[in-house]
Amino acid sequence: MNNLVFLFMRRLRAPLITLITVYAITVFGMTLIPGRDADGNVWYMDFFHAFYFVSFMGTTIGFGEVPYEFTDAQRMWVTLSIYATVISWLYGIGQTLAVLQEPMFGRLMRLRGFTSHVRNLREPFYLVCGYGVTGSIVVKRLIDRGVRVVVVDIEQDRIDALELDNLVIPVPSLCADASLPDILDHAGLQHKQCIGVLALTNNDNVNLSIAIASKLLAPRRQVITRTNSEVTTANMASFGTDMIVDPFRAYADYMALAARSPHKLLAYDWLMNPHHRTLSSAYKHAPGRWIICGYGRFGRALATAFSAEEMEMTIIDPSPGNLAPLKNGVVGVGTEAHTLLEAGVESAVGIIAGTDNDADNLSVIMTARELNPKLTTVVRQNLHQNALIFRNSRCDFVMEPGRIIANRILAQLKTPLLPLFLEQLQQQDDVWAHTLINRMSSVVGDRELDSWSVQVTPETAPAVSTMMAQRPVALRYLNKDPRQRDRMLPCFPLLLKTAEGVHLLPGELHQLQAGDELLFCGLGVAKRQMEWSVNNYNVLHYLLTGEDPPDTLLARLLRRSDQESA
Amino acid sequence: MNREKVIFAFFIVLALTLNFGFVLGDLDNAAHHDVFELFAALVVSLICTVLKFGDRTHLGALMLATSLVADLQLIIAAGFWGYGEQIAAAGMTPRIMASVVSFAAGAAVANLISVILLVVETALIRR
Repeated sequence: MNNLVFLFMRRLRAPLITLITVYAITVFGMTLIPGRDADGNVWYMDFFHAFYFVSFMGTTIGFGEVPYEFTDAQRMWVTLSIYATVISWLYGIGQTLAVLQEPMFGRLMRLRGFTSHVRNLREPFYLVCGYGVTGSIVVKRLIDRGVRVVVVDIEQDRIDALELDNLVIPVPSLCADASLPDILDHAGLQHKQCIGVLALTNNDNVNLSIAIASKLLAPRRQVITRTNSEVTTANMASFGTDMIVDPFRAYADYMALAARSPHKLLAYDWLMNPHHRTLSSAYKHAPGRWIICGYGRFGRALATAFSAEEMEMTIIDPSPGNLAPLKNGVVGVGTEAHTLLEAGVESAVGIIAGTDNDADNLSVIMTARELNPKLTTVVRQNLHQNALIFRNSRCDFVMEPGRIIANRILAQLKTPLLPLFLEQLQQQDDVWAHTLINRMSSVVGDRELDSWSVQVTPETAPAVSTMMAQRPVALRYLNKDPRQRDRMLPCFPLLLKTAEGVHLLPGELHQLQAGDELLFCGLGVAKRQMEWSVNNYNVLHYLLTGEDPPDTLLARLLRRSDQESA
Repeated sequence: MNREKVIFAFFIVLALTLNFGFVLGDLDNAAHHDVFELFAALVVSLICTVLKFGDRTHLGALMLATSLVADLQLIIAAGFWGYGEQIAAAGMTPRIMASVVSFAAGAAVANLISVILLVVETALIRR
């Protein structure tokens, strides 16, 4: 605010002084030049009349000569004065308009609007730094869930894109460098309602400085970052960053899971992605040798994940230096048939095109598919703009870093229980995962599998807490449809976290205890219905007993007297 | 030497001297007080105010405040003068003249504070 006024006053100094000076000189001149009154006597204009005359002359060029007709000397002075005052007015007005149009002024205006918008937020919000592919997906899905978001990005283009994205809730956005603590502060880093900071820029250093600033200024605030290198990951973890997503490592783990246990992969995929793979895709994978093209960051992460699973692989990379420590490397780009043949494409079960060049990756896949049509193909998409081509490339898996990070982060933001469940899932066998996926499939079919958590505390589940004081509440009642209790909601519990430990797929007879945390999965509709039974005592009472009695004070008194008389 | 500082100090000191010169003399004697000097004092005071615009320091804010006080006092004094000369039935009486001069004297005090602040600011700079 202050900046604006000061800037304005500073810029208007020269025109204001000009105006004052010109007025002073003209007024002074008018008082010095002798005039003649109606009777022909010499008459000097006083300051009052001079100021009056100059005021209307400067702005309107005259209502005539007052109070007496002017002499020629006076007219000459007035002629000069007209030009002087008009020019100084034009100069003053022109300067004012110029200041208003200055880019700096506009920037200050936007910053001011942004700061006051953020300051006036009264609901919990996330601060998202970076509105690229990842940022836009995360923001869109948070907004869909009704969560407020504040966005900072260094490029005006992306901020413009945000404004054109037609989000249903207004999103305060600012084009600025998020690595500056000042900017983060304006964006609400120290705001009471800020529940988390998401550092999603494509620059590791910026993400690092955002994470550090956030952890220093508000140590208990959740910080989630993306990173591209292991050094930064270790650095961020060292000062307690809550979640660090490395897209290459995440996808490498995902691919290792795909190659080893297809049903676990499906369960994982259904819980993480809004558009999940079909059930039938699980049967395609056969165990065998994989070919990895490109031994950069992604290739290395893949090799680590694959060798941890003791899977066979052949690596293709153009640089012999990269391949030196490997025993089964082939030098080449992988786009030519002879390199692929040398790598044994005919006997491999799958190929991963993981270079940082989209055209090369597609070329690798197309050549490989000609040589061996049965290959499982995985392609890495680097540029979001190429989405159309990749969607139509008929590859089994398309690896897009931006989307992976977004899905990971959203799973974390939905409920912290979901990552816990996914961790537990890794320790189960594929048959267990197969049963789970069949159960999920029967509940949601092809629609999006949502997941949410219920915490049994007086604040988050008031009805359950009150009811527990009167009678035990079994888990299965939460699963019933509040509109008709003999029907079940399209959802089921995945995980139960109690004070003692974690149980997967808890039994429906489990008696809820205070402090229990439950993770459910199912359709989004079920989530909204379950909120009724969790929060509304009467609804829960109906679910438990099948009765829907009036619960007013009068009704309760009558009921008590009934019971006493009976 | 900073040219901007010279101009700044020049106007601030000039505002005080003109104002002081106008006030000097018998309080209610119109012959001791020149209308041109009041006009000059008012104009210079206005210019001083504009020159002080946009300074974000604490001292700058104080200087702007004193300048605004001086403007207010001088404009009221000029208003009284105009009233005495043009509107009052009895013309410029010693009573009205005394009001004009006392308002201008108030402005002189404000201008004096301005100059003191200027001196303080200069003394604080050790270069």
